[in-house]
Amino acid sequence: MPGLHPTLSLGNELNLLAAGFFLLATFGLVATRQVLDCVSVFAWQSLMLAVSAGLVASETGLTHLYAVAAITVMTKSLLIPWLLARTSSSAVVARREISQTLTVPTSLLIALGLATLAYFLAAPLEAAAPGAHVGVNLPIGLATLLIGAFTVTVRREALPQVLGILSMENGAFFAGVAIAPDLPLFAELAAAFDVLVIALVMGLLTRKLHERTGSTTVADLTELREE
Amino acid sequence: MITSLLFNVLQVLVVLVFAPLIVGINAWLRERLQSKRGPSVFQPYFDIWKLFHKDEIVSEHSTWIFRAAPYVVFVTPLFVALLIPVLTSYPLFFAFMGDMLGGGFILALGGFFVTLAAIDTANPYGPMGASRTRMVGFLAEPVFMIVFFTVSVVAGSTIPYIVQQRWVHPIGSFFDPAHVLLLIAFFMLIIAETGRLPVDNPSGHFELAMIDESKALEYSGTGAALMKWGGAMKLFVLLSIFLNVLVAPWGLASTHRLGAVLGAVPLVLAKMIVCILALVGVESSFAKLRLFRITEFLQAAFVVSVAALLIRLMES
Repeated sequence: MPGLHPTLSLGNELNLLAAGFFLLATFGLVATRQVLDCVSVFAWQSLMLAVSAGLVASETGLTHLYAVAAITVMTKSLLIPWLLARTSSSAVVARREISQTLTVPTSLLIALGLATLAYFLAAPLEAAAPGAHVGVNLPIGLATLLIGAFTVTVRREALPQVLGILSMENGAFFAGVAIAPDLPLFAELAAAFDVLVIALVMGLLTRKLHERTGSTTVADLTELREE
Repeated sequence: MITSLLFNVLQVLVVLVFAPLIVGINAWLRERLQSKRGPSVFQPYFDIWKLFHKDEIVSEHSTWIFRAAPYVVFVTPLFVALLIPVLTSYPLFFAFMGDMLGGGFILALGGFFVTLAAIDTANPYGPMGASRTRMVGFLAEPVFMIVFFTVSVVAGSTIPYIVQQRWVHPIGSFFDPAHVLLLIAFFMLIIAETGRLPVDNPSGHFELAMIDESKALEYSGTGAALMKWGGAMKLFVLLSIFLNVLVAPWGLASTHRLGAVLGAVPLVLAKMIVCILALVGVESSFAKLRLFRITEFLQAAFVVSVAALLIRLMES
């Protein structure tokens, strides 16, 4: 059937495109080897989230979603990457590769499996939450949530793990703007501020860790030391 | 009927004549981008002309495969050129003889013969390059398959002439994420299949690091000329599939007049030059990947193509 979706509006089409790049960025977070590249991939992912929120806003006429989009761009794609790049010590950034428990191809394949799983998991849920973009945003948000959790388990170093957690948060928001677009702005503000503080604290912690132990490999941190 | 057949033959002639030019422009642009003077864009023609006038030396230990391979390499892209839209946006005489999968099989036949010929001479470098090409090939295969699956889900067909209309009617579907992701994946495939820089260094002269080049090391004279020309035509045909079938049929002739079809030639070449600019940009900004990193490169292409398929399923 050539004409499966002949009547998609421009807003829908653009939201789909944003969703596509959002998913790509999620895969990028699993596969990118350099720390700074990871941070910029995260910035792109957040930008795509903001685009999707803005499109949902223009579709539903809810003005506070524009504010959500603006907050997302400000904090997640500008402030947090800047903070993380700033607070992490130059030694972490300069080292070329992040160590991983699985090889990149294997973890990408698992991430792909998770995305497919999310697609099948989301299918029965879509009926419960009617809305313009639920069909796309829910499975992709769910996929990002799962892949973010997977990133945290597969990466050995602190900074990429933080990015994994933040991308889980992004995934939840990506599904959230479609499922519950009339969530009060206050909740979004609180979440954005929360994430900012998390990023700052984790960034400083990684820097401190690196100064003390000479590495940010989480697996090495198994013992407490008395001073 | 007759004009349709004539245009089909014309299409093959265009591939035959302009393929070395595309390779020449590619080499020239790359050198210019790296602040070098660069060879003339017609250098591949001179090379092929020179090689045709040289003596050919064939190892006495080789078999008929070694002698047949250059001809297979030369002919297979021409067969594919019969099936795909190079100049027109309406189906020509042989359009329904085979789909994109068929074209892929024909190109693979050429690759298969080169691999056999490389092993045939028992030159130590040949089999090494051949096995590496097979490695790249079998990693690229699933990506090809998923790309074709996505195309057939979106367009309901894998006949190139039907697929190309799908992306521009309506114009909004050009920005369909399935389409955009498909293009990214196929672009990465072209890089891998034609031995471009992140995967293989086409201008390298170090045999141990070669992938694509080392298979043709044993050829001289006419054989080398045919291999070179065939390789150029393979690039041309792959770019045609990419630009005319998967990107959009813009610039192609839509009427049955000879003037319109001939007028499409410069437009198609212009499209290719734009695409080559992108290729050259990639070639000049990446270092060659280590052999086992090629897996990651093609894995990324695979993930992009599956993402295209998934998103396509979500939107329907």
